Amino acid sequence: SRELFVLTYGALVAQLCKDYEKDEDVNTWLDRMGYGIGVRLVDDFLARSAVKKCRSYSETADMIAQVAFKMYLGVTPSVSCNSAAGNEYSLILDKNPLVEFVEELPADRASLCYCNLLCGVIRGALEMVHLAAEVTFLQDRLKGDAVTEIGITFLRKAEDRKHKRN
Amino acid sequence: MADEALFLLLHSEMVAGLYRAAEQGEGENGRCTAKLEGMGFRVGQGLIERFTKDTARFKDELDIMKFICKDFWTTVFKKQIDNLRTNHQGIYVLQDNKFRLLTQMSAGKQYLEHAPKYLAFTCGLIRGGLSNLGIKSIVTAEVSSMPACKLFSEYSVI
Repeated sequence: SRELFVLTYGALVAQLCKDYEKDEDVNTWLDRMGYGIGVRLVDDFLARSAVKKCRSYSETADMIAQVAFKMYLGVTPSVSCNSAAGNEYSLILDKNPLVEFVEELPADRASLCYCNLLCGVIRGALEMVHLAAEVTFLQDRLKGDAVTEIGITFLRKAEDRKHKRN
Repeated sequence: MADEALFLLLHSEMVAGLYRAAEQGEGENGRCTAKLEGMGFRVGQGLIERFTKDTARFKDELDIMKFICKDFWTTVFKKQIDNLRTNHQGIYVLQDNKFRLLTQMSAGKQYLEHAPKYLAFTCGLIRGGLSNLGIKSIVTAEVSSMPACKLFSEYSVI
């Protein structure tokens, strides 16, 4: 059940906070772990969903939000495009199951990105389907922002996409 | 179920990550097992609280162990413990012939020496669950042939 995952994640973050004093170290660790999970999760995702190849960054962002997030976390973030070039997207999470049991960040951990695992997962998964991207948290409810927002910036130049048409 | 995949991957990344950090000198090796067990302990405490919210009081130790073997194991690992034995003096042996955290690895001898790393968390899980039910215990595990494993739970006298 999802509770097992959420509780385990919480215990992991707690352990990391004990092991590493600096928030940046914990964040990096979570991102790296997420990456390791993402590169394998994408296989599981493709096997379960049998979706067709995405033909644009916009489709990819939608796929992540509407299918993947729904499948694994039971929530559907909303997607918005942040740049005219069409390569920056935001996933806005209204409800974040990972923080279900978290009230607030401890005072001495103000720059901890509690859910940084998610960024790594998305980054790893995208890389396995040959899409390089930078994924970070733009807003975080745990830090006092109104919503939790994950930003995905696709790094491939537009010309490369044309070659992938076939 | 998709949820299970996420937990399995998280667990194996946790094990890999902790041991990798230990190799790079960020801590002693023996601590990894203790850390994993500690995490499992916390999760076990939380899980058992949620699972037993509405269940009736347990009659005795054996009742509790049967709960762990049936309901708890089913909720966590989607199957029951295959065999439970006891010497009626506080030692229980739980046998799972197809342990979910080991089925992803090949069944031969190749990874046998690494298998205990993947059991530390689960030992903690059981210990945490028992602890919140009022039982102090020591839980260890043994893998003699993949993917079967035996978990030994020894109750200490409170």
